[in-house]
Formats: sequence, C-alpha cells, structure tokens
Amino acid sequence: MGFSAKLVQPLPLLNTTTARRSASENMNCASPFLGSTHKLRLPRPIVSSTRTHFGSGSGSAPAIVAVKSDVIKDNKKPKSDVSNLLITKEEGLEVYEDMILGRAFEDMCAQMYYRGKMFGFVHLYNGQEAVSSGFIKLLKKEDSVVSTYRDHVHALSKGVPASQVMSELFGKTTGCCRGQGGSMHMFSKEHNVLGGFAFIGEGIPVATGAAFTSKYRREVLKEADCDHVTMAFFGDGTCNNGQFFECLNMAALWKLPIIFVVENNLWAIGMSHLRATSDPQIWKKGPAFGMPGIHVDGMDVLKVREVAKEAVGRARRGEGPTLIECETYRFRGHSLADPDELRDPAEKAHYAARDPITSLKKYMVDNNLATEAELKAIEKKIDEVIEEAVEFAEESPAPSRSQLLENVFADPKGFGIGPDGKYRCEDPKFTEGTAQV
Amino acid sequence: MASIFQGIGAATAISSSTSFDSKKLIFSAPRFHLEKKGSFLVVRSDGKMSNGISGRAEKLVTNAVAAKADAPAASTTSKSGHELLLFEALREGLEEEMDRDPRVCVMGEDVGHYGGSYKVTKGLAPKFGDLRVLDTPIAENSFTGMGIGAAMTGLRPVIEGMNMGFLLLAFNQISNNCGMLHYTSGGQFTIPVVIRGPGGVGRQLGAEHSQRLESYFQSIPGIQMVACSTPYNAKGLMKAAIRSENPVILFEHVLLYNLKEKIPDEEYICNLEEAEMVRPGEHVTILTYSRMRYHVMQAAKTLVNKGYDPEVIDIRSLKPFDLHTIGNSVKKTHRVLIVEECMRTGGIGASLTAAINENFQDYLDAPIVCLSSQDVPTPYAGTLEEYTIVQPAQIVTAVEQLCQ
Repeated sequence: MGFSAKLVQPLPLLNTTTARRSASENMNCASPFLGSTHKLRLPRPIVSSTRTHFGSGSGSAPAIVAVKSDVIKDNKKPKSDVSNLLITKEEGLEVYEDMILGRAFEDMCAQMYYRGKMFGFVHLYNGQEAVSSGFIKLLKKEDSVVSTYRDHVHALSKGVPASQVMSELFGKTTGCCRGQGGSMHMFSKEHNVLGGFAFIGEGIPVATGAAFTSKYRREVLKEADCDHVTMAFFGDGTCNNGQFFECLNMAALWKLPIIFVVENNLWAIGMSHLRATSDPQIWKKGPAFGMPGIHVDGMDVLKVREVAKEAVGRARRGEGPTLIECETYRFRGHSLADPDELRDPAEKAHYAARDPITSLKKYMVDNNLATEAELKAIEKKIDEVIEEAVEFAEESPAPSRSQLLENVFADPKGFGIGPDGKYRCEDPKFTEGTAQV
Repeated sequence: MASIFQGIGAATAISSSTSFDSKKLIFSAPRFHLEKKGSFLVVRSDGKMSNGISGRAEKLVTNAVAAKADAPAASTTSKSGHELLLFEALREGLEEEMDRDPRVCVMGEDVGHYGGSYKVTKGLAPKFGDLRVLDTPIAENSFTGMGIGAAMTGLRPVIEGMNMGFLLLAFNQISNNCGMLHYTSGGQFTIPVVIRGPGGVGRQLGAEHSQRLESYFQSIPGIQMVACSTPYNAKGLMKAAIRSENPVILFEHVLLYNLKEKIPDEEYICNLEEAEMVRPGEHVTILTYSRMRYHVMQAAKTLVNKGYDPEVIDIRSLKPFDLHTIGNSVKKTHRVLIVEECMRTGGIGASLTAAINENFQDYLDAPIVCLSSQDVPTPYAGTLEEYTIVQPAQIVTAVEQLCQ
C-alpha cells in the first residue's frame, strides 16, 4: 500500500461532496438534518484540506471528512419516492429503536443508582447513541466489539439482552458476567463483546488481537470466508495514550480488519480535549500511520452509518484499518459521581439541541419513513423492555459464596496442590468458596 | 551463540556448564576430593561412602538426582534420548506444540527472522510463516494485549519478552487483562497465553537487564508462574504451559540457556503445579528454583563432603507453590533453607517463607532461613555483581548454622 494520495471511490456518493472544513465554517448541506453548526473552540483557526477521498492519505494530504452523502441505493422506495434518502424504513426503525433502548436504559441506570441498586463507577452514554447505533448495527454476530468503561450501550447495540446488562449492574448472578464484572466490564462471548475495560486504552490492544485472530484464521487456518471485523471504541482522552498509537501502527502494518472509533466528546472527566492535546484533530493521526482518518459528526446517526459502512467494507475486503473520529457529546457527567461543573452550559445546550434521537425522529417523519405513532409505539415497547429488565434484575439472586473461586482460573488446577497432596480445587470447600487457596 | 549481548563474550552461558550438568551430578559424589581434616571417609566397594565422624550415622547418597516425581521416563534412566542445550529444548517443545495445534503462534520482538535473541525460536518462522511467528514492533504493552485479545478469540499465543524486564512495560496488560479477564467476564473468555522470556542476573548485564520479575507478578490473581532450570523441565514446562487453559508465565534464565542434557525422545510433559525433587536428603530442606538450583547443588557437594545430607527441591512452580512436596520435605527434615535470586523484599522467598510458616509451623525445629539477593540494583562491575546474589559459600554457611 502506497502513500500516494490515491482517490479511492468505493461509493459514488462520496465524490459528490466537497465538504471543506475549517474552524470557522459551517457545513454546507442539502438536508437540514445533516447540518452541523458546531465550531471547534481552537486557539487558532485550522484550515484543512479540501480533498475528500477515502484512500490511504499521505502526510501532506490528509484523507478526510466524509460527512455527508447524497445517495444510497434503496430497494424499497418510500412513498415520497425521494431517491436521495439515506436509510430504508426498516433500517431507520431498527436504528431508532436501538438509540431509544440506549437512552432509556441509561436513564433507568441513573434512577437505579440513586436508589441504591447499583454502586461504584457508572458511566452513562446519553447523547452518544448515534455512534453506538450507527456503527454496531452494521455488524454481524461474529464481529467483535471492544469498548471502555462507558460500555452499557455498546453491549446493548451488539445484542446483549437488556435484562442481562441490568442484572450485571445490580451485581446479580444472572448478569452477563455473573455479577463479577460490573458496569465497566460488560462481556459477552455469545455476542462477541470483548469488554468493558476500566483503564482507558487497555482495550485497544485486545481489539487489535481480535482482529489479528480474524486475519490469522483467514491466512493461516485457511478459513477463507472469515472476514470478521473488530470495532474498538474509545474516547478523546485515550488518543493521547501510548497504546493507541502502538496499535494504530500494528493494525496498519499488518492490515488488520479493525475499525478504530474515537468518541470525541471533548472531555476526559474534567480535562478538556483542547487542553490535553497538542493537535486536537484526532482523525489526522490516522494517515500518519498509513490508514485513512475520517472525521464525522457523531450526533448524526445517518452520517455515522455512512462512514461506518465504508470502514467495515474496507476491513472485510482486507484493505486494513480505519480511524474514525466522531464528534459527539455526553449529556451527563463523566460518571454518576461527577458533578459536571466545568462544562459551559452553552456548550451543553448547543449539543442538547442536536440530540441524535430527536434528529433521527425528525428525519424519518419529515421524509415519511415513519409516522409519529409508529415511533411512539417503539418508545413504549422499549419502556416495557426496560421495566422487565429491572424486574428481572431485582428478582435475580445475588451471587453466593460458592461463586467466589470458580472463575479465577479456566483450569482450577491453577490453585495448586495443597499440603495434603490433593489439588486445592478438589477440596469440597472449594465449590463452597471457603477453601484455603 | 548469537545474541544481543555478543560483545560480552561469556554473558550467555555458564561456560563451565559441565559442572552443572544435572546428569553428571549423579556421579560426582564418589569422586569427591577428600580433604577433611580430622575425619575420614570410607569408600565402600559398592561406591557408597560414609562419613567417619561420630555422632551421626550419615550415609552419602550417591544418586544425587532422584527419579523425578512427575515423569515416568526420567532423563537419567532413558537409554535412548538425545542430547541438547536448554534453549534447543525450549524450541523443541514449542515446535512440537505448534505442529500439534495450528492455533499456537508466537509473538515477540525478533522472534521471526532473527530467530529470537536467544535462538529459542530459530527456524520456526521459515517453517511456520511470518504470521505464526510474528515479529512485533517494540511495543510490549500493546503486543502483549494483542496476544491476550487473540487468546480470547481462539488462538493460543506464546508471547516472548526479549528480556523479562521488558515485560514491566506490559504490566498493565498482564495484570489487568491476562490475569483478570477470565474472572471479570464471568468465565466467558479464557486466556490460554504463555508469556515467556529470560530474566535473572546474567554476567554484568547491568541493573535493568538483570531483573527478577517473578516477585512483581506473583500477586496477580489468575496467572500461574513456573521457572525452568534444566533442558528436561524446560521442554516439559513449555509444552504444559502451552496446553494449559490458564495464562502461564514461564521464567527462563539468561545463564542457563547453554545447559546440556540428554532428554527422552518420546513425548513428555512436566506438571505445572509440581515441584521437582532434585536430591533427597534427611537433614535440611533446601528450596530453590532456576539458576540458584545450580549454586545449591554446588554447595551440596561441599555439604555432603562435610557430612550433611541436604534435601534439594527445585520448586519450579512459583505460583502456586507445591505445598505437598514441600510439606513432606519439611515434615522429614524440620529445617528449611530457601535460596533464591529475587530481592530480599517481597520476593518469592518471602512468600514461600510465609506459606511454610503458616502451614507447617509445628514441624519446624528452627526458623526458616531465606537467602535472597541484596535489595540493590544489580551493579555492572563483576565483583559487585557477585556480592548481590547468593553464592555457594553462603549456602554452605547457612546450612551449617541451621543444622547446629
């Protein structure tokens, strides 16, 4: 793969845009839904390239900014017969439902936390649903997702039942991790959710490993149809961490099928991204390692989805990784313990006005993809799902002592041989959780 | 042997490897140079010797290496077999496992085209390909994490730290992910990785290349640690570690790679959780592992000369401890000496002391003595370096004091 500024045009829609982005300019766009009026608060204006190709950019001509798209091929033309819609009705409803699920779930978490049903550090995803739904809804079951501590909604989008996630938060034995993981460690082998990590940056190498397995299976184990991709989600703060850069290098070097998704919500607890980063434009760091770097409006699920489709396609075809920076925002504090005093109320209001759920709702109704009633029905359905999840979690048993020692080792012989010559795991007290180990 | 420390000559080998050859130790007892003043040794016709000192009816045990508790075909009894060096034994074990299971792969710096800085992976990349024997960039934390992610998704990586000390950079991944993910995922994901590399004090390698990471890693829940010391147990432990579903850290020693031994042709595995009886005895239990085993055996020669009968156990499994073998020994001898290369503070010896005190307090006739390295960054100067680690003379003195 060369570093020449190749124009790669996998979809016709991309070359119809000439999005020029600078600090002080607004996006030009045809549909009101796709507009973004955000200004980056930068110390000095940065003018970026006008190139909009999606190829492997060179250092001097960064690949970038596919933010809007005009055409997507539909099988079903909606009643209004507009051929420039970005999503079908089914897809739209699926994505809408997923975002409503994420929002309702997180709101319920807050309630439950303040009622003393869950403890510790709980990080809520309100406001960022477009990223989770936009990306994860494109994946197959065998594809993997790796997240951070803000992982409830990633797990939900990937297909982990809300009851299992809620149960895990309550610390019950029916949780997806038997109550042993908690809010920050959502894992699901069935749905290929590889965690849930408490330290930032820790999950990125794990995601790189999952992508490595995919390539290994294709090339060494000769499973020719193995095209599983991995998505790694992490924040702006993580992008200053060594593991991020080390993995960008390795992923690009070996052309691993991985998509690095930066959820840039501008704040790492109380540290503004602009105060922590010498060059705040994270997407630029992709081309430095030889992969495309894309910036997208993360409050707009349709834009996110477009970009995601392209990146997933690249990965499946074996063309390597992509770095996508999603400009997004969290409506709540960093965690439920965060008083959230540092952020400017005007900034919060600005992003609240761009709530991804209301935006999608407006788009779908305006373009006759769905009626208000249909969308309300979805909201009601999700409310019931959440209610059931809470009920399930409430009624589930807490883990008993017997669970204490069970999963420390995959092979419990790892606890060793006791003084009596028997393996410690053979001690009957082991299954009761009271054995001396 | 090509290595990154080429300029230092004998840095990578105990050049007098024959004196530490575990096979040859069997025959060393009858060939002692008998120089004791005021005592005499009787050499019987069957080769056994006894000490003429009154008081103790000691018998010198000529078979200094007992039959190994864990393997039917002990290295000493196998008639056929092939002789090789320790690093070749590691490679043989690794290659056999890679042949047996296509999911076993190797990752590390210079493991592929270079063949490994200690040649443990030499020849594997041409045979298995660049993806199965992966040359990584210099990013320990990330490629260890990558190995863990690969293990979670079905592969069985063997991650090499070029020097164990470099794995300090991977501590985040080893502690948080390697050790804990099986538990925090509620048992959903297994992490069958092997993390291996050479550590320990070499020949004037300087402080940072002479580290003993077993003391730092021992608290991490969810991992197993083993240390190999002979070609026989190196191959056996390597194979066992790869086959284990648990994450295993295999500690090798920079100075032991050129040990030569004859190992069986047929396939064998060493038990990861068991200790190895090196020399049965009656008077004192000496617990050791890795390179210190050889200092202990050297001291044992002197001790036997002086009329002592030490029981030497190579604990091999640093986490968890084999309390059965150790306990049986303590119950027999009632005196324990631990000889290790870790620092005094918080080393394996410290943990072992605590474990024995806790479990076998009633059987001890004397407090446990633990000989460890000084709490000093290993100096470059050879003379100083010698003073930081335990030398055979100190072991002899310690046993004498312990047995008073």
